[in-house]
Formats: sequence, structure tokens, C-alpha cells
Amino acid sequence: MTARDEDIHASLSGVTRVYPGAAGTPPVHALGPIDLELKRGEFFAVVGPSGCGKSTLLEVLAGLQQPTAGTVTFEGRPVSGKVSDGIGVVFQEDASFPWLTVWDNAAFGLRRNGVAAAEIRRRVDDALAFMGLTDFARAYPAQLSGGMRQRVCISRTLVLQPRLILLDEPFGALDAQTRLLMGDEVLRLWRRTGATILLITHALDEAAMLADRIGAMSARPGRFLDIVVTGWPRERDSKIVSEAGFAEITGRLWDNLRGESMKSLGHSGVMAG
Amino acid sequence: MSRVGWIRIAVLVIAIGLLELCCRVGLIDHRVVIPPSQMADALIRLLISGEANDQIVRTFGIVVIAALISIVAGFALGLVIHALPRVRQSLDPFFATYYAVPIFIFYPVLIVIFGLSVIPIMLMGVATAIVAMIIATLNGLDRVPQVLTKVARVHRMGTIATALLLKLPAAAPHLFTGVKLAVSYAFIGVIASEFILAPAGLGRVISDAYSDFNNRQMYALMLLLIIVATAVNMALHVVDQRWAERRGIAKL
Repeated sequence: MTARDEDIHASLSGVTRVYPGAAGTPPVHALGPIDLELKRGEFFAVVGPSGCGKSTLLEVLAGLQQPTAGTVTFEGRPVSGKVSDGIGVVFQEDASFPWLTVWDNAAFGLRRNGVAAAEIRRRVDDALAFMGLTDFARAYPAQLSGGMRQRVCISRTLVLQPRLILLDEPFGALDAQTRLLMGDEVLRLWRRTGATILLITHALDEAAMLADRIGAMSARPGRFLDIVVTGWPRERDSKIVSEAGFAEITGRLWDNLRGESMKSLGHSGVMAG
Repeated sequence: MSRVGWIRIAVLVIAIGLLELCCRVGLIDHRVVIPPSQMADALIRLLISGEANDQIVRTFGIVVIAALISIVAGFALGLVIHALPRVRQSLDPFFATYYAVPIFIFYPVLIVIFGLSVIPIMLMGVATAIVAMIIATLNGLDRVPQVLTKVARVHRMGTIATALLLKLPAAAPHLFTGVKLAVSYAFIGVIASEFILAPAGLGRVISDAYSDFNNRQMYALMLLLIIVATAVNMALHVVDQRWAERRGIAKL
């Protein structure tokens, strides 16, 4: 294995995903072909119009879906329809378990994996402290706000110490201010864990603030139109939105996506130009 | 106690008080209905004498067994039917119309098959209750968020672990509604069967007391059934409320 190979944490090569059509309807070509190499420890964001296959891309990389064609690898091993050890996923929907306390939610995966009780306590307490949930450890998700519930889900992922974290529009349901603050927390988490992060988002400002590189996708079938390198320092937070370069990045992303968003809305012929 | 609780008690007290008053002043003939105070007095005396203890144990025993069978079998059948979409599609019309059929018409058939014993009564209890549990299980499983299935796969959980650790607790509020209905229907099925035809049991004793114009015994046992059925349902309701509050589900 070359030094370059070791630097590649996960990759998609020639990946396509075609959903078979229901009775009497044609198949849906949702994704690809896509080629992507995620470097170890980088923060990569994917933006694109609604329905362009962003979430499909994440699920294929996670192993939740099989690609129709192409290969997916994680740490040099193929990913094939099963979630590999070391991959953590946070979904857009509230995936907290309403019947468990915050603490038990966070401990769920560790208990499943048979981790010793003392180690579970240490990791869960640490994760809850990191996510600012210590005071709510005994609360149930229904007693928390949407943002806090999402933090519970992140804690549940965090305790498993994943090396690749996949975030599928985790802040999609939150208001703009909370999203900025959650973005700061994700950046802190990224720096602390050293994990590679792939973030799916429809918010250009969120992608521009968080990521090292941003992939702008076309309308369905989703392909990368452009990969934008932000060049931000590793030590950054939401204050970066006031930097001059921030507007350049979001502007470049919007240049790429404007036409594609029109297409996805069915306005290509009307609004072009 | 909350204001709603006080209003609930006030409604009950006023209704009982009005009935007592109507019976005492002769607006209601005492040969038809006796005052609630006399019903309570007759019930206390009956319980102290131990005269009806065997019948009470017998009837409530059958109700408990019928409810348990309905809950366990209804849940298991619900799980299996949910996993087989075509079977479910074919059975859905039967579930939808089940409670429109007067299932007590089958009671004589069961007596012919099993004789005049506990079994036909218990089977009537099960027949009345089990479909409510199956429907509640199907509803509950339908409402398990899709994202939990993805979470299960991320945690590399198998089918059984996913069902027991995620789907079952996620569907629990709906299953509990099924449990409440199954208990109530089991009560109705058992008491009504005993009332129609049975060698013993509270339903049979009430029926006999009715035939003998023994109003004190009839109303005493009716009061006992109302108290027990209400108490069981209230207890289940309280548990249901606590779970609902914990999960942030508004229930009235």
C-alpha cells in the first residue's frame, strides 16, 4: 500500500445507484457515476438540489445500500451492503429512542457491543459532557428540544469512536441560529476525534463554514459538478461566516447549483439564463 | 389531584347522588332499581359472607386467562402478519369487519364442541379480545419510524434484536392500547357468555338473581363488576398516561 493509498480513508469509484421501477414505471437513475476519495481526517460536505441523490450517496458509502455499479471502500476494504465497523451515521430524522433516557440512549451501542460497564460509564459521561448534555442525562428525549435530541444522536454515535462519521442533513430541522451553533459543536467533535466526516446538507452556508472540501452535485442522476476547496484552518468556528472568502465560496457553490436547482424544480426551460 | 380529576369525581358523585335521590323519593321503583347505597351494602355483606367467592374467583380467573392469551397470541400473530404483507392484505377486510359480526352466535357451536364448561367461555373471551390486540400490533409496527430500521443496521443488529430492542419499544404505546382493549373485551366476552349459558360464574349468578327478582344480589354483583372493570381500566390508563408523558405523546 502506497502512502497515497493510506491517505485515502474511504472511496467511491464509478458508483451508480438505479432504483428499480414499481409496476409499470421506469427505473430511477438516482446517482452517478460518482468518483470520490475522502482523505483521512478531512471534513467533506456534499451539497446539491433536492432529490439529487445526496442521501443515496451517503447510504451507499455507509453500506446501507448496495451500489448498482462501481466499488466502495473504507480503510482499503470493500463496503458491500453492510455497515462496516468504524462507521457512524447521524440521520436527519430524530432517531433518538423515546423510551430511553439520554444516558441510556448514548450507551445503547456500547451495551450492544458488550463493552464493560465501567468503560460504558466513562465513555457516555465523557460524550454527554462534550455535547453539553450532562445535566439532561436522566431526561427523556421528549423533554428536550430538537437540537438537543440531535445531540443525543450524535453522542450515541460518538461513544462508539467511529473513524468515519456520516452526517445526513443532521441540522435540517433546526432553525438557522441553532444550526450555526450545532455546526460549532460538529467542528469541535471533528477536531477532537480526528475522524473523517462526510456531511450531506442543502445549506450552502453550512457546507462553506464546516468543510475542507465541498462537492457540488448535479440534479438527478447526481454527479459531482465541482469540488470546492475552502482552505480554512482546522481551528475554525461559526465566526468564519464573516470572512471575505466565505461569500466567495457560497457564491461559487450557488453558481454551480442554480441551474441544477432549477432543473430539479422543473424550471430549466423557463428560467435559463 | 388535578382540576380534571376533581371534575371527574364530581360528575360521578352527582350521578350516584341523583340515582340515590330518585330511588329514595320513589321516582324510580325500588323493584326496578335499588338505591346505590343499598347496592353497596348488599355487596359488602356478600363479600363478608364469602357466599359468592367461588364465582368471583372463577369469573375473574377466566377473564385473566382470556386476556393473557389474547395479548400474547394477538401480539405474536400481529408480528407474523406484519412480516407477510400479502397475508395482511388478504386479512385486512376481515379485521375491518370483525367487530361488525355478532360473534356470540358462535357460542352455542363452542358449547356443542367443548361442552358446558370453562373452555367455551374462555374461547369467547379470547375471540372478543384477540383481534383488537392484532390490530393494535399492526398499527404500532406501521408507525415505527423508518429511521430506526436504519439505526439498527448501523448498529449491525439482526432481525430478532431489531424487533425486540427497537421495534417493540417503539410500537409500545400502540401495543398498550391493544392491551387495554383486550382486557376490556375479555371482560365483556366472558361475562356475556356466562350470562347467556354457563354452569357457574358471576354472569350466571346475575342471570339467576334477575330471574328470581333478587335485586340486592343482582345489583351487588353488577356493582362489583363495574368497580373491578373500571379499576383495572383506570390502572392501565394511568400507566399509559405515564408512558405517554415520558415519550411526549399527548393522550387524553
